[in-house]
Amino acid sequence: MENQVIELAYALDTFYFLVMGAFVMWMAAGFAMLEAGLVRSKSTVEILTKNIALYSIASIMYMIMGYNIMYSGTDSSWWPFAIDILTNADNSAADVIASGGDTYYSGLSDFFFQVVFVATAMSIVSGAVAERMKLWSFLVFAIVMCGFIYPVQGFWKWGGGFLDAAGFLDFAGSGVVHLCGATAALAGVILLGARKGRYTSDGRVVAMPGCNMPLATLGTFILWLGWFGFNGGSELMVSNVGEANAVSLVFVNTNAAAAGGVVAALLTARLMFGKADLSMTLNGALAGLVSITAEPLTPTPLLATFIGAIGGIIVVLSIVTMDKFKLDDPVGAISVHGVCGVWGLIAVILSNGDAMIGTQLYGALVIFAWTFIVSGIFWMIIKMIMGLRVSEEAEMEGIDIHECGMEAYPEFVNK
Amino acid sequence: MKLITAIIKPFKLDDVREALSEIGVAGITATEVKGFGRQKGHTELYRGAEYVVDFLPKIKLEIAIDDALQQSVIDAITNAANTGKIGDGKIFVSDLAEVIRIRTGESGAEAL
Repeated sequence: MENQVIELAYALDTFYFLVMGAFVMWMAAGFAMLEAGLVRSKSTVEILTKNIALYSIASIMYMIMGYNIMYSGTDSSWWPFAIDILTNADNSAADVIASGGDTYYSGLSDFFFQVVFVATAMSIVSGAVAERMKLWSFLVFAIVMCGFIYPVQGFWKWGGGFLDAAGFLDFAGSGVVHLCGATAALAGVILLGARKGRYTSDGRVVAMPGCNMPLATLGTFILWLGWFGFNGGSELMVSNVGEANAVSLVFVNTNAAAAGGVVAALLTARLMFGKADLSMTLNGALAGLVSITAEPLTPTPLLATFIGAIGGIIVVLSIVTMDKFKLDDPVGAISVHGVCGVWGLIAVILSNGDAMIGTQLYGALVIFAWTFIVSGIFWMIIKMIMGLRVSEEAEMEGIDIHECGMEAYPEFVNK
Repeated sequence: MKLITAIIKPFKLDDVREALSEIGVAGITATEVKGFGRQKGHTELYRGAEYVVDFLPKIKLEIAIDDALQQSVIDAITNAANTGKIGDGKIFVSDLAEVIRIRTGESGAEAL
């Protein structure tokens, strides 16, 4: 009887990883729709291509090498390289029962749950560099990011490396996923430059409105739904009363933070610009979600709402500030995932007594420094070998035609 | 023969079409356009960056008619499309040198 319970718990927790992983996979659709809605129509096909391709590259590179870098189980706390590649061997029932339930999930379900996080980190980059980066240069970078840059810093925290040992806390990845992705994006944006005509020589910022607000909104709702998997799944277990309750609280807090982010961003934009700004409101939802991702378990739902709301205010201010520094980010990815990622790491101290502000900032700095420097190096290598930016003519006429040879809406006459 | 080109507010399209049917106009071509006249533009903000909205959506109608219908078409459009507010639009009358019906090859007044 007890063996049956152990097996059942294993099956439930494995199922939990798989379903939560599938929710996070669905976030790829969310990013694709959000980005497609916030770029101009002449760049739509290219960004959709990037999104589906990067998800697939992430799946493959993480399987080939990334997963084993990140969870290599080596003794070194900073050098994570091991030799194994992913096989389809998994725990046998006998192994599980012999472990008394300590082995409580399928190894492959763990890989599946982890691989979708890599894709999330990588997709942050695609929005920031939209409308003017060469498609294939981006995809080459994706190979490096998913196979190497992300896994190494992921090892330092979730793989048991030195950040973990230092007491750095990051429940579901405000730092490891969101700050990492945003930092790679920032390095790219700096080397890439802004879209032509975006910042005039007399200091004006030129608006380039997104072409499809319904898609952007749909994308945001999809990301919100997927985030229940992102945070909920990161509890890593559901098969007893304590864990089931924990997961429930994580879901509630995740939702609360997003809601707080929306309301705060809506009001902030209203105060700053005189009218509600839907694109800022959408960013606010995501800012709230990123902000709670470092610690969705220990806050009360009310505190989670507050943490999300601060994220919603920060993201609006950050987006405007980025423009002041002439850093062109068409979808606000660096503000949502980077700036609010740091806030999320700091906010852990508000509810988790084990967190210390110094350690949280230390972790943020390490992730930022590693990702920024290594991404910067690879962006520069790619720039030298194949170029980063499309030609001015291609950018003006639309990279859909020039990079992808097709239009998103070929029948529409209205241009 | 005359070619009447009218720029009207988009929501007036159905009213104008009905008015023209009533006076016997057989065919109309409508295009979505943007335009402005003497009304000034205004600025909006998108993510904190200003952009000027001066081109507003309009509908352009092109109607080929016999000379005899000219005044009644102008009156019909004017009455149906008028709101009294700025941006109601304009009507242009130009001479039409030739008209051909593609299906049958008819030309001139028979093709109208």
